[in-house]
Amino acid sequence: MLELAPGDQESAQWLRELRGPGREAAYERLHRLLLRVARGELRRRGPRAGIDGPELDDLAHQAAADALVAVRRKLPGFRGESRFTTWAYKFVVFEVSTKLGRHFWRAPRARLDAEDWSRLPDRFGLDPAREREWRELVAALRDAVDEVLSERQRRVFVAIVLDEVPADALAERLGSSRNAIYKTLYDARAKLRAQLVATGHLDADEPA
Amino acid sequence: MNQLERFLRTDPRDPGCGETMRLLHVYADALLAGERPELRHPGLAVHLLACSPCADELEGLLAAALVR
Repeated sequence: MLELAPGDQESAQWLRELRGPGREAAYERLHRLLLRVARGELRRRGPRAGIDGPELDDLAHQAAADALVAVRRKLPGFRGESRFTTWAYKFVVFEVSTKLGRHFWRAPRARLDAEDWSRLPDRFGLDPAREREWRELVAALRDAVDEVLSERQRRVFVAIVLDEVPADALAERLGSSRNAIYKTLYDARAKLRAQLVATGHLDADEPA
Repeated sequence: MNQLERFLRTDPRDPGCGETMRLLHVYADALLAGERPELRHPGLAVHLLACSPCADELEGLLAAALVR
């Protein structure tokens, strides 16, 4: 059931226009907005992925077009839990993530299963000057990865944690979803921590 | 507690990416309205601390809200 927040006239107007006789003009207007959001999001996240210039604009057009398709398909399910534009922008932000995930594998440095443990201290900001304090923990973690993780958990752990593959890129490569990748990594984290507690390397009662 | 230990710590309230993505627009709008969505959606707040891709998308959605 649609229930807009009191006073949310802007969302009400969008819904009237997108469902009314002038809907195609409204969708064109929405597309222009989605394109602006896609460009902004890619300008924000693109440099990390080495994307700029015409390539950035091309990805922005793709993301906006795909987001518009998603909005059209899902509009009947919009329940007014947020402003309409926030709901619609969500799809373009998701599309940008998907496009960046695909783009990741085009970079020459992108690889799976490198398992370079030397990166781990830097990844977690472990101070080299205090290596004596964490060296044993890292060694125990490495043993735990070998001993307690399933093959898939190990692969996801290595890709995300050691190879720094973005979750969306890994999902793309494994034919999976970000949610499934996260769940696999979540289970791996829990198993690793339990093992490190069992071997006395972590305290079970540490405060969060 | 160092970052590695924090990374290994899991929270059973964490609903994962799927539920977070489903409600991200609601969470973002509440933040923009100056509300405290972590009180109504504590699981999402937990997830957003643990999942950098979802946190990045929340940041993007908040930035997008400035587009007019």
